[in-house]
Amino acid sequence: MSPLDLALFALKALRGHRLRSVLSTLGVAIGVASVVLLTGLGEGARIYVTGELATLGSNLLIVLPGKVETSGGLPLIGGVPHDLTLADAEAIRRRVALVTRLAPITVGQATVSCGSLNRHIPVLGTTSDFQEIRRLRVARGEFLPPGEIDRGSPVCVVGTKVQRELFAGANPLGQTLRVGEWRFRVIGVMAPKGESVGFDLDDIVIIPVATAMKVFDQTTLFRVMIEANSYEVLGSVKGQVKEVMIARHGGEEDITLITQDSVLASFNKIFTALTLALAGIAAISLTVAGIGIMNVMLVSVSERTSEIGLMKAVGVTQRQIVLAFLAEASLLSAAGGILGLITAQVLVRLSVQFLPDLPAQVPDWAVMSALFIAVGVGLVFGVWPARRASKLDPIQALARR
Amino acid sequence: MIALKGVSREFQVGDETVHALKDIDLEITGGDYVALMGPSGSGKSTLLNVMGCLDRATRGAYLLDGKDVTGLSETELALVRRHRIGFVFQFFHLVPRLDAAGNVELPMVFAGVQRGERRERVAKALDSVGLSHRARHRPNQLSGGERQRVAIARAVVMGPSILLADEPTGNLDTHSGREIVELIERMNANGLTLVVVTHDPAIGRRARKTIAMRDGLIVNGMG
Ligand SMILES: Nc1ncnc2c1ncn2[C@@H]1O[C@H](COP(=O)(O)OP(=O)(O)O)[C@@H](O)[C@H]1O
Ligand SMILES: [Mg+2]
Repeated sequence: MSPLDLALFALKALRGHRLRSVLSTLGVAIGVASVVLLTGLGEGARIYVTGELATLGSNLLIVLPGKVETSGGLPLIGGVPHDLTLADAEAIRRRVALVTRLAPITVGQATVSCGSLNRHIPVLGTTSDFQEIRRLRVARGEFLPPGEIDRGSPVCVVGTKVQRELFAGANPLGQTLRVGEWRFRVIGVMAPKGESVGFDLDDIVIIPVATAMKVFDQTTLFRVMIEANSYEVLGSVKGQVKEVMIARHGGEEDITLITQDSVLASFNKIFTALTLALAGIAAISLTVAGIGIMNVMLVSVSERTSEIGLMKAVGVTQRQIVLAFLAEASLLSAAGGILGLITAQVLVRLSVQFLPDLPAQVPDWAVMSALFIAVGVGLVFGVWPARRASKLDPIQALARR
Repeated sequence: MIALKGVSREFQVGDETVHALKDIDLEITGGDYVALMGPSGSGKSTLLNVMGCLDRATRGAYLLDGKDVTGLSETELALVRRHRIGFVFQFFHLVPRLDAAGNVELPMVFAGVQRGERRERVAKALDSVGLSHRARHRPNQLSGGERQRVAIARAVVMGPSILLADEPTGNLDTHSGREIVELIERMNANGLTLVVVTHDPAIGRRARKTIAMRDGLIVNGMG
């Protein structure tokens, strides 16, 4: 028999018990809708959180001097690691493609004074790129001037707290600030930023990195921050940086590269797990729906016992009887699947409208698997009733009227 | 042509064995008209079901047109029923949700007959039982006699060689019963082998042969 005839036969049979068919279809629809809806919300939450994290600099690469064994491998054999120098930073900037910004950083504590007022605070040596990399805003004046990394001029930018404490809130631009024995001209005041990755950026003085190396008599940088063109090329940039550094340090890998990658990846993992857990919970309702279908099919089989006997008498094979009942079950569940999917899409649209911050969206895989699962549920839970029908003894079946 | 050789059919009910057919030998030639008579429980239906390949003999051989069908698989038996045998039952067994045409069409749907051909053959079969004007009626919109005629149309639509009727008039008044008998006799006249289980001695007299059964045995010398 043709698949069309099979489907039509099944459809007519379903119309024979309309209410039951509609109710079990609703069961599947609710199951499918909850799977799709919950995965949609989970996916929304994941996108939201990883998006937030990405603005913190997902395309940032940080170079630290020395090899930190994070994977618990063999400790580094050999002598003292090479310094991470300004020349290294310069080499990275020149030789590594797709680097948009690069900020070498050195840090020290110093007594900073203006007239009789003084404070013991962190002094940060860096370059003009640091502003963009950390998304800093300048309230007055300007940030460090762009230029050669190794040319340090005696200028500084101060945090708001420094301005408040040392200049009593007066305009410090053009005034002189002493850092240890050194004198700096104040060229900018930063907008309040607050604590950020271990520094109170409001209580800090920023000076050109070359000058800072001299002030603190440092030979090695604290770290180098590198911003890649995009998140996608971060891996390639990382590889190139490693190569350049190994070449410069006599074949020894004595730097450590850190990306936000791992943080992002673990958040991704957490949220994928959460989404799957939600899907799992929703899948329970699909199972309930499947049992509903099985129930409807079993009732149908027992109600149509004499019809099944008749089918056998006119030469319908067991296989065809199984197929006919499976067709009914999968029609029910497919209808439920489509209905559920439409419902879920509507609800997701609504949720996006009322909760625009949570970009709920139904991933394609959830749509596809919900439909497959719906039909699968029909088939799996339809098999037993269908086989029961096909195994009925025709004579006993016909004895029923 | 139907040939049973030493056919027994036993049912196991609890610890007891019911001998519904006991060592039956029987031959029915093609185109014959046989009435199967006997008291209730004598094994008439069981014999008819075995002949119709709806039931299997516990022992013995069944040759249908010279071919032994005893060892056939379920599917093969279904195909034998589909193509060679038509059944008519006391309680019609029409599918209530399908109209007369749909009921007659049913065997052809599962036999994979093309849609266009099905329509033609349904029309012809309904015409042959005089029910063309009732094609769109559901079973519950038909009288008992009309229902049985739909059932007969369904039984012959696949062009079987044997028509097996188990008390086809048992649920009908005398008049419609008579019509039904005349209808299947007409089909027999056209070459269909006809076996009718009946309690009606009048029908018994009309048949070419009468087989009387008692306690699973054939008790006359085959009319
Ligand atoms: N499925 C069955 N299980 C047990 N006993 C059966 C079954 N079918 C028929 N019988 C028994 O076999 C005997 C013959 O039954 P049947 O062929 O239906 O008789 P008839 O049609 O002549 O009235 C009866 O005793 C009946 O009880
Ligand atoms: Mg009987």
